[in-house]
Amino acid sequence: MTRFSEGFPFRSRYRILKRRLHPITKEFGLTLYVLRKSTLAVVGALLVGLFLFLAAFGPKIAPYDPYEVKLPDRFISPSKGHWFGTDKMGRDVLSRMLHGAGYSIRAGLIVLVIAVPVGIILGGIAGLFGGWRDETIMRITDVFLAFPSLILAMSFSAALGPSLFNAMIALSIVWWPMYTRLVRGQALSVREMSYVEAARSRGAGNWYLVRRHVLPNCLSPILVTFTLDMGWIITATAALSFLGFGAQPPTPEWGRMVSDGRIYLMQAWWVSVFPGLAIALTVLGFNLLRLTEVKWKKKSVSSPSTG
Amino acid sequence: MKLRNYILRRLSLLIPVILGVLVLVFVISYVIPADPARAWAGPRARTEQIEALRERYHLNDPIYMQIYHYLKNLILHFDLGVSATSGRPVLTDLKAFFPATFELAFFAFVLAIVIGIPLGVISALRRNRPTDHFSRVVALAGVSTPLFWSALIMQYFFYYKLGWVPAFGRLSVEINRYTGFVLLDSILNGNLSALGDAAIRLILPAFTLAFYTMGYLVRITRGSMLEVLESEYVMTAKAKGLPRRIVIYRHALKNAIIPPITVLGINFGWLLSGTVLLETIFSWPGMGRYAAGSIVQVDLPAMVGFTLVAATVMILSNLVVDIFYSIIDPRVRVGGKAQ
Repeated sequence: MTRFSEGFPFRSRYRILKRRLHPITKEFGLTLYVLRKSTLAVVGALLVGLFLFLAAFGPKIAPYDPYEVKLPDRFISPSKGHWFGTDKMGRDVLSRMLHGAGYSIRAGLIVLVIAVPVGIILGGIAGLFGGWRDETIMRITDVFLAFPSLILAMSFSAALGPSLFNAMIALSIVWWPMYTRLVRGQALSVREMSYVEAARSRGAGNWYLVRRHVLPNCLSPILVTFTLDMGWIITATAALSFLGFGAQPPTPEWGRMVSDGRIYLMQAWWVSVFPGLAIALTVLGFNLLRLTEVKWKKKSVSSPSTG
Repeated sequence: MKLRNYILRRLSLLIPVILGVLVLVFVISYVIPADPARAWAGPRARTEQIEALRERYHLNDPIYMQIYHYLKNLILHFDLGVSATSGRPVLTDLKAFFPATFELAFFAFVLAIVIGIPLGVISALRRNRPTDHFSRVVALAGVSTPLFWSALIMQYFFYYKLGWVPAFGRLSVEINRYTGFVLLDSILNGNLSALGDAAIRLILPAFTLAFYTMGYLVRITRGSMLEVLESEYVMTAKAKGLPRRIVIYRHALKNAIIPPITVLGINFGWLLSGTVLLETIFSWPGMGRYAAGSIVQVDLPAMVGFTLVAATVMILSNLVVDIFYSIIDPRVRVGGKAQ
């Protein structure tokens, strides 16, 4: 496999993998342990679990077609037939919300797929190589962080053409500096460790160090931070859609639904209130989980907020 | 003396960041698929008119030349260009809109401090009692509720249902504008009813914004207060027999206040993001609405002008926080680490 594991012919690949993943499994194990100890965290986990369940199975359990226009059924208030009422086109609000849960999850995943690898690569380079590379990368993150994040995301979304997918890309562009800073910090502290010095003295190159030492040490904090940032990504996606820079009608994205119902607020409060409540509860779930993590780690990584 | 050097050093760091912000905005405008000149000239414009606009805004030049022209005007004449859609100089537009946003953000900020910090302190002092639980619930609700939704809920209850406060606009009467800050202007006019009108219209948006910021503030204040209350010097002070009030205010609070100040500094920049949402909902004639409009219409000079102001405010608020630190904790100035 690698240069340094060749001396151990009896070590199976499984055990190597297990050892490499240990920092991650340990961290999640600890998180689970802390989770069990706190009622609030259990509530948070339940809310997040419910959200994930709805994202996966929502469309299957939705009672009505979320796109079907039935004008005679406009603005039916919450009742037995329509639990959360109907909107200006006679569409069932509950069904639309169930279809909408998936969009938020997708937003989070796209940010994960784009922002996290960029953060790992650039942060790793900045932290390990130092010098002008570090300066350049960090000054670029400064520029990105100097913008109010929502404005920056709006500009990118407008530049790419307003759509839900482009809004997610825009959010990743706004989010990567956070992860770059996080990984750089980790890389800086790992660089000073004696085992890294030992590896270096045996002739290990920088890329080997990134792969073998920096990455395993960063993955767990990144994953934990990311899970907890989900709440913010969900709010930000919804906010972009609300302003018209994200999902376009008739997409049943939650932020868009709030915005669609806004002008009818006096006449039919349920059109805006229920999707907004769904966002709030989901974010609350992630925040409750976050609180637990903060309690355990005694520090949090600052992230942008656009809610 | 040393403090002045520190501030100057920090201010000099502002220049590369501002330059970077400029480049970034120009790059964004460059990749926008729509043709800005065509968008500004309107649907019925002739080709020559569009060409003239392009020439005037240097849109035919390569991107680095565009940035060069912009910088030249900015540095030599302090000229931010002319807004392509409103036809007014961007500086005039910003001067008109900035006070509205600042007023909103500032009052939200003050409200958040006045409510948030005491709530956090009380919460820490009565740990795990009903007061503590109450303030933690308030904080969590504030942090978790999307701003645009809580704004709508506020409008629904306090305007539609209860009719206590108006929900749209900044001022309903005409007064002479001296500073652009309506509260100040109505005092200068000696017009008490205008002052009342402006104040009552400010309440709803400012409180919505404050509610969101407050959540972080309560949490951080509570956490840092708890930590300090357990430290040894607080115990010593208690053991000396000092009154509880003095221990809390003179010993504990002074040290516990540093993390909340950091959060506040970061948050002031965030408030600018929040105002975009709030100004849209409350029809508040501020920079956020101006920015959203300029982004929709690809109004490049307005976009650049706005982002420059926003980035500067953001950087300055961070600087103010750091200066505050160095006043509270002189170790920061000499390069040591704060607690």
